[in-house]
Amino acid sequence: MTKYIQGATGDWEIVVGLEVHAQVISESKLFSGASTKYGAEPNSQVSFVCSAMPGMLPVINEECVRQAIRTGLAMGCQINLRSVFDRKNYFYADLPQGYQISQFKDPIVGEGEIVVDLEDGSTKAIGVERLHLEQDAGKSMHDQHPDMTYVDLNRSGVALMEIVSKPDMRSAEEAGAYFRKIRSIVRYAGTCDGNMDQGSMRADVNVSVRRPGEELGTRTETKNVNSIRFVMQVIEHEANRQVGILEDGGTIDQETRLFDPSTGTTRSMRSKEEAHDYRYFPDPDLLPLEFTQTFVDGLALHMPEMPDTKKARFMEDLHISDYNAAVLVAEKENADYFEAVLEALCAKTSKPAKDLATQVSNWVTGDFFGALKKLGKTVSDSPVSVTDGAELLALQVDGTISGRIAKDVFELMLSEGKSPEVIVEEKGLKQVSDTGAIEAMIDEILSGNADKVEEYRGGKDKLFGFFVGQVMKKTQGKANPQVVNQLLRAKLDG
Amino acid sequence: MTDFTKLALSEARDGLKKGDFSARELTEAHLKAMQDAAELNCFIVETEDQARDMADKADHMIKAGTATGMTGIPVAIKDLFCTKGVHSCSSSHILNGFKPGYESTVTANLWKDGAVMLGKTNMDEFAMGSSNETSYYGPVKNPWRAEGEEKDYVPGGSSGGSVAAVAADIALAATGTDTGGSIRQPASFTGLVGLKPTYGRCSRWGMIAFASSLDQAGPVTKTVRDAAIMLESMAGYDAKDSTAVDVPVPNYEASLTGDIRGMKIGIPNEYRMDGMSDEIETLWQQGIQWLKDAGAEIVDISLPHTKYALPTYYIVAPAEASSNLARYDGVKYGLRVEGDSLDDMYKNTRAEGFGAEVKRRILIGTYVLSAGYYDAYYLKAQRIRTLIAQDFARAYEKVDAILTPTAPSAAFAMGEKSDDPIAMYLNDVFTVPASLAGLPAISVPAGLSTEKLPLGLQVIGKAFDEETVLKVGAVVEEAAAFSAKPKIWWGVK
Repeated sequence: MTKYIQGATGDWEIVVGLEVHAQVISESKLFSGASTKYGAEPNSQVSFVCSAMPGMLPVINEECVRQAIRTGLAMGCQINLRSVFDRKNYFYADLPQGYQISQFKDPIVGEGEIVVDLEDGSTKAIGVERLHLEQDAGKSMHDQHPDMTYVDLNRSGVALMEIVSKPDMRSAEEAGAYFRKIRSIVRYAGTCDGNMDQGSMRADVNVSVRRPGEELGTRTETKNVNSIRFVMQVIEHEANRQVGILEDGGTIDQETRLFDPSTGTTRSMRSKEEAHDYRYFPDPDLLPLEFTQTFVDGLALHMPEMPDTKKARFMEDLHISDYNAAVLVAEKENADYFEAVLEALCAKTSKPAKDLATQVSNWVTGDFFGALKKLGKTVSDSPVSVTDGAELLALQVDGTISGRIAKDVFELMLSEGKSPEVIVEEKGLKQVSDTGAIEAMIDEILSGNADKVEEYRGGKDKLFGFFVGQVMKKTQGKANPQVVNQLLRAKLDG
Repeated sequence: MTDFTKLALSEARDGLKKGDFSARELTEAHLKAMQDAAELNCFIVETEDQARDMADKADHMIKAGTATGMTGIPVAIKDLFCTKGVHSCSSSHILNGFKPGYESTVTANLWKDGAVMLGKTNMDEFAMGSSNETSYYGPVKNPWRAEGEEKDYVPGGSSGGSVAAVAADIALAATGTDTGGSIRQPASFTGLVGLKPTYGRCSRWGMIAFASSLDQAGPVTKTVRDAAIMLESMAGYDAKDSTAVDVPVPNYEASLTGDIRGMKIGIPNEYRMDGMSDEIETLWQQGIQWLKDAGAEIVDISLPHTKYALPTYYIVAPAEASSNLARYDGVKYGLRVEGDSLDDMYKNTRAEGFGAEVKRRILIGTYVLSAGYYDAYYLKAQRIRTLIAQDFARAYEKVDAILTPTAPSAAFAMGEKSDDPIAMYLNDVFTVPASLAGLPAISVPAGLSTEKLPLGLQVIGKAFDEETVLKVGAVVEEAAAFSAKPKIWWGVK
């Protein structure tokens, strides 16, 4: 469903295109053997090539090529068997060559389409225009000296994939969903770690507005936005700013803008008149990049399962809900954790996965994620191991503890770091299913509350819960709720 | 006692092998010649200590029986090659003080074979020039002077220091680089052999780039045999250069059989131009006759796009250069002239660091790549470049090699063309087509002009067929029996 901005003079439609820059996972840089490891001392990972020493030449890193193809395959895009590296010429202190090696006319990956899930439960296909390989620049550090800028070339020459969308998004929500989906895909494919706070992923956001059904308006491009939330803020702010200008009779300047996260606004960086003429031309130091379909097929054969396929499998084979499946596959680590717990639980209980999957998915997406969120942790640094998670669920499956007790045990697992079996043993939390013992307790409670029994039998059905509560209180929650229900009903109604 | 500096490289090699003299003696003789000829301005840097160490190492190799054709041979290295720890500036002020932490592949190959470095030779700045007058370090003087003249002549360019050093018997051989004729034209101007190999034959790694799709290293020598020996050492596949081609390097010397009977030699009708002196045409006809006499079949061919080669070259080469030279920005190495802002620093550094000819080519290159001009200039030039390569491909269906003049004139006086870039660019008119097509070509001394200045003939071959180029070149060399030497006017008065 398209959401319009309600302006003073009528409706406006937002049009968004994203250029996502994703750092390729590779040991070494795109055209040199220097390491790509994050967080090293400034200028400690710089070769003669990435510092642009005279006479140095680029040699393509084949793993980066494979990673770009894998990403293209993961997005269902066309893979171009021949592509060309071009030079994008501009001067900046952290661009040692005075040009960036990129792909302009002939990118390695062509068109494709990505389906995103929206909040209202609908889906939307967003077109991918292309993916190309390019070098990153170094980093200018303006805060190290009062009147000098320092340059760190560790990033210089690191391989980036620029994934360019078609102008298919119509709201901040759609753009957020698209960016999130791209991040999920590259992480699944193992081609980019998606760590936005380390600069591994960032987006240039193209926004324009138009009257519904009319030609595309003039766009602005906001550079280097490094979180999904910021991308959405840029779109909201830009669209409203542009509508304001147009409704006041003004025109939009085609320009490059910068986002200020502290104010949530954008400001002009340079106008079209000041825009660089990049003077792209094929890099004469490199031959066209050519490979065979067989090479691509070989990579396709070893692709990991992608989120959409995984979600379908969770729903069809494991009968878990659409919602749970969507939450689980959003991050590969979450889906992996879920599957590992499920597998361990199947082994412990000798029950088929489809009978346990819903219970596991409810626990993972519910108690488990809730706890992680509270602790500010993620699955990868989870305090609860797969084994302990499966053990906790196994104790419920075999009736040793109730679901309610399980919540308490989980809290203790988090605070004490012990295994669920040890906790249940130490605290004496085993569920009481002995009907004789429960029956005796029920008799005691009923005789002690004769007035309430009268009221109940007189038609006050709601009091049933009161009696259950009394039993649970007496057993400190350890009584098997099913047994309690059964016995109580027999005594009261019988 | 033999004057070691008068030897050909092959003779020196044989003498070293026989133990007639040591590499150290050979090197000392050339170091002395280098001192005596300082006024020619061939060298920017003289590496005497290094030369002696390398000569001693070569003597060990000879004793150990591991000598190659280049072991103990004193050579001069064009300043465009990066040599580890030694000034490597492409004769530009912008690389002021730059000493690379690495050794170019071509020079590393020579050192591995035991060659001895005398120093770094002067050249046109960034190899942009045809007279060696654009060097930051001042012009190189041609050892040759027209008969009866006292004025200085240019040695050609851009490998001007390299040719002058060999022509003046300072070095037994030298490395040159050829982008549009920078080995062949200066060889022709100084009575030497200059060979530009096929593009991709020698690694460009560690060569300070001018125009990446054209630059190619090659030898400057006294004889064709010397060129064969030296090329074998310089050439070879290098994984560090993506444009190097992985084909075996043959024993080039073995191709010098002198037998060209039945070989078809093409004579392109288009290699004539207005204002070309009659003596060039006469020399060319003489060359044709020599090859005919040696049993070759002469075939008239057409290379119809030849007339577009020069303008095409002067679009493609500056375009690449404008981008290749962007790295000289004052930030990382070489010259920096401070300014109030980053942009000011760029402007000050590049204004002071680059000479006029380099600035001219950066401007041309920036222009032809600019939005709105790219299609009309750069793209069109690339298309014509393809047509020129196709001209050669068609010709080589009929012939084995092509014979042309190397340059439209003999060496000219210093200053004569330095104010007229177009006249200067015309020097490359016969050398540029083979550069654009990436083909191997050699210039061989073939005679003297009426002013008694050397003139060369050019043999152009098929890609990676340097053997035929050398074989035909050697036949021209033998028939011409060029034995003139410049009259020594420098040094000892």
